[in-house]
Amino acid sequence: MQLLAQLLEMMEHLLARPQSSSRNQARQRLKLILAHDRADLTPAMMEAMRQEILEVVSRYVELDPTGLQFELTAVQGNTALIANLPIRRVKPMPEHLPGEVGPREVGEEKPAEC
Amino acid sequence: MSRVIVITSGKGGVGKTTVTANLGTALARLGQRVAVVDADFGLRNLDLLLGLENRVVYTAVEVISGECRLEQALVKDKRTPGLVLLPAAQTRNKTAIGPEQMLDLVQRLQGDFDYVLIDSPAGIEQGFRNAIAGATEAIIVTTPELSAVRDADRVVGLLEAAQIQPIRLIVNRIRPDMVANNTMMSVEDVVELLAIPLVGIIPEDEEVIVSTNKGEPLVLAESRSTQAAAALQRIAQRLNGQEVPFVDLDSLQGGILNRLKRFLTQKVF
Repeated sequence: MQLLAQLLEMMEHLLARPQSSSRNQARQRLKLILAHDRADLTPAMMEAMRQEILEVVSRYVELDPTGLQFELTAVQGNTALIANLPIRRVKPMPEHLPGEVGPREVGEEKPAEC
Repeated sequence: MSRVIVITSGKGGVGKTTVTANLGTALARLGQRVAVVDADFGLRNLDLLLGLENRVVYTAVEVISGECRLEQALVKDKRTPGLVLLPAAQTRNKTAIGPEQMLDLVQRLQGDFDYVLIDSPAGIEQGFRNAIAGATEAIIVTTPELSAVRDADRVVGLLEAAQIQPIRLIVNRIRPDMVANNTMMSVEDVVELLAIPLVGIIPEDEEVIVSTNKGEPLVLAESRSTQAAAALQRIAQRLNGQEVPFVDLDSLQGGILNRLKRFLTQKVF
């Protein structure tokens, strides 16, 4: 009987299709839903954040726009922002790294307003 | 100091009132003095599940308005010594009840009872705000479904913001056969998503409907002890400080022969 139970368990395990099961779909959907609910970020804020992060990263590397991923998910009771930004190539070193004090080249960026 | 526990869920129909009626009864049978409070003003149901609907004379609204004393409104459950019900008004009264009045009611009950269980209405509006006003701890009831878990998570956030601790979880209406087939989220899935400590697992049980029909809480029917009744009894013991192990859900699936049958009949492709 014990052996039969073990055998059953093994076969159930082997035949289970965890990726496509509706149980797993529910779990994956909920992870995203809960993360968004908890963060309480509006879609507009998410989009603005996405744009700004992409802008910053794009100063240094060229991104592959087809593989971009940018989503909130629930990780053990916390909300995490998961971004996957595939890099095509690294851009040449910018003349002035942020934080460095120095004159900016004209036309490189919008002049700071003051 | 008595404990004031709000039983809440966000979503309706997941079993808050059934859980409240049964935990109240089970705790009283453990020798505790228990008051169950129906905070669902306008849509009261707790009196029905306890079979006390014919004995309701006054409600919380009359107590608050001063038309009767608190003791007059409390309905004693004759089958369960130590258990009383404070009914909600069935008609929405002109004198709206607010969190301050609820807090006052609960504080007055605290002196005479070991446990005050508050059955919260569904939703997160005024009724919910009232229900949590006097609570010092919370039980979240959910089912393994998306909408119920999502709403439960919202409610957890609101309870945390109101500094109600601890918040414990009951996963209700679980179907072990569906979990085994990967067609329902498991208790572990729900606990991982909500990230609050589990206090009980209640399997889906037809007897719940039968007990509602009769107005007799499941935990009272000793002759026909069901899985759900046993689960509710264990939750009451855990709340009361006893260490009670969680049941192995496999044992609820009806043993190995059922499992074999299910395995052989399940769709593989």
